[in-house]
Amino acid sequence: MSVKLGVPSKGRLMDKTFDWFRARGIGLARSGSEREYSGEVTGVEGVELVLLSAGEIPRELAAGRIHLGVTGTDLVQEKLVQWDQKVRPLAELGFGHADLIVAVPACWVDVNTLDDLDAAAAAFRARHGFRMRIATKYHRLVRAYLHEGGVSDYQLVDSQGATEGTVKNLTAEAIADITSSGETLRANHLKILAEEPVLRSQATLFKSRVAPLGESERETMRALQDRLGL
Amino acid sequence: MSLAAIKQKATVLKARFVEGGALPVDCPVLLPADTLLDLYGEDIRTRAFLTHDPVRGEVILRPDFTVPVVQKHMAEGAEPARYTYAGEIFRRQEEHPERPSEYHQVGFEVFDRADPAGADAEVFARFSEVLSPFGLRAVVGDIGILIAAVAGLETSEARKSALMRHIWRPRRFRALLDRYAGRAAVPASRTALLASPDPLSLAGPMIGLRGAAEIAARVDALRADAQDPALPGDQVDLLEALVKVSETCGNALEQLRDIAVDMPAIAGAVERMAARCESLAAQGIDVTSLMFDANFGRTSMEYYDGFVFGFSAPGRPDWPLVASGGRYDALTRQLGQGREIPAVGGVIRPGLLVDLEEAA
Repeated sequence: MSVKLGVPSKGRLMDKTFDWFRARGIGLARSGSEREYSGEVTGVEGVELVLLSAGEIPRELAAGRIHLGVTGTDLVQEKLVQWDQKVRPLAELGFGHADLIVAVPACWVDVNTLDDLDAAAAAFRARHGFRMRIATKYHRLVRAYLHEGGVSDYQLVDSQGATEGTVKNLTAEAIADITSSGETLRANHLKILAEEPVLRSQATLFKSRVAPLGESERETMRALQDRLGL
Repeated sequence: MSLAAIKQKATVLKARFVEGGALPVDCPVLLPADTLLDLYGEDIRTRAFLTHDPVRGEVILRPDFTVPVVQKHMAEGAEPARYTYAGEIFRRQEEHPERPSEYHQVGFEVFDRADPAGADAEVFARFSEVLSPFGLRAVVGDIGILIAAVAGLETSEARKSALMRHIWRPRRFRALLDRYAGRAAVPASRTALLASPDPLSLAGPMIGLRGAAEIAARVDALRADAQDPALPGDQVDLLEALVKVSETCGNALEQLRDIAVDMPAIAGAVERMAARCESLAAQGIDVTSLMFDANFGRTSMEYYDGFVFGFSAPGRPDWPLVASGGRYDALTRQLGQGREIPAVGGVIRPGLLVDLEEAA
């Protein structure tokens, strides 16, 4: 048996993760063709690389099918109920920074805080006969955040992509989404509420609290953590 | 704890309510979601199981019996009416995964507009009686007093209705109160908005369903609010003293009457509580030892707007309430689209009673 390390299977997140490990003397690489999702690990014995979609890594960690995994804090906290009992963050990797924020149309000059959003939502409901729609794919995190902030009279509508466009398309009044620079928001005439974001996320190395470890995997884990300086 | 034992317990409790004059009713397990979503908003999704039916649209696994029983009564019931029911309800337990997400409830509901104090007392006395062998601790409260206090504040209607909306969210309520009393700093964005002679001229392109007229209306409302004098500090202090009242009913009544001297708006509600205490005594309840907590029912029971009560198991602080209930006139007003049927009722969790018996 080996220690299984889950890494995003494509794009910048994969490249940056490979870089991060390389800087610590561990080589991660895709094996075979570009299209094949398997990999190899050099510099440490007994570690197996598993290439997965970043969105599936939280679930695999929580199910104990991988021992370590690199993914965003946002995905872990959105997808795992009581995430801190299932996984443990070992290291923040310093890339993939993104904030989960609530944004409203820039023309809403009267709305800058959660307090404003709540008041606007109440008036909106009275006028339009339905609750103000907030488009997002981060349902659990956003609901908990708005509950904490005392916002009522809203509803979440699911948006798995192009969320910034929902306001203009009249399928939502506001959005909650991940942003890094805010450029897409500005281009879509949206502004971020002047509040703490729902979540500050970055690529993080997580360790599963439930994946079974035999004696040899325990040793491998120690060697790996040593090498990574954790 | 076996399912058979819980069902048996539920049957016995329901029979006791039938003896007390209640008509047994049954409700579907799968309910249309729109009514409940409308009542509770997004928060219901954290508490209940919603699913999709290809024909009926969004449906919900029965999260409680109150709403379907009220709807049934409005559709086909005659007044006065007493109902009892028993069955499973389904609740998501994201915060407490150790708690069951499917459990039994037995309920008793009274629809009677003639004598609210009497109906409150009857429901509480019936619960007290069937629960007496279990050594539970009872507490009562009255959301109606807090509602009366807010309605009587010396401030604008807009501020009162904002406070009223958040009575069941104590932290938000507190934050609003601090702002209206001038105790909290005004956010910089608000100051800038109010200083701008024509803020909408800087708004950029108008997008979305919430139009310029709505934005302008809220800016006007904010300007008017900024002109409103601060809520007098002594009123905030009285409101704070009020929610802190936690005493036996007799002492609580005395304290509330003292507060009512400076806050006459609550006098009527306090006298209604006094009448309820008399009715409770007439039902054989020892009100001298019954605990009253003015804050009770403010966090978990959004639809209760008058008398509230709960029974907890001493020594089991990790448990939810074993039984709880209260008056929910406003809920019937909302469900009846203007038609109101004063109603009071509550539920018992037979599973917890079985646990208590097995632990004894």
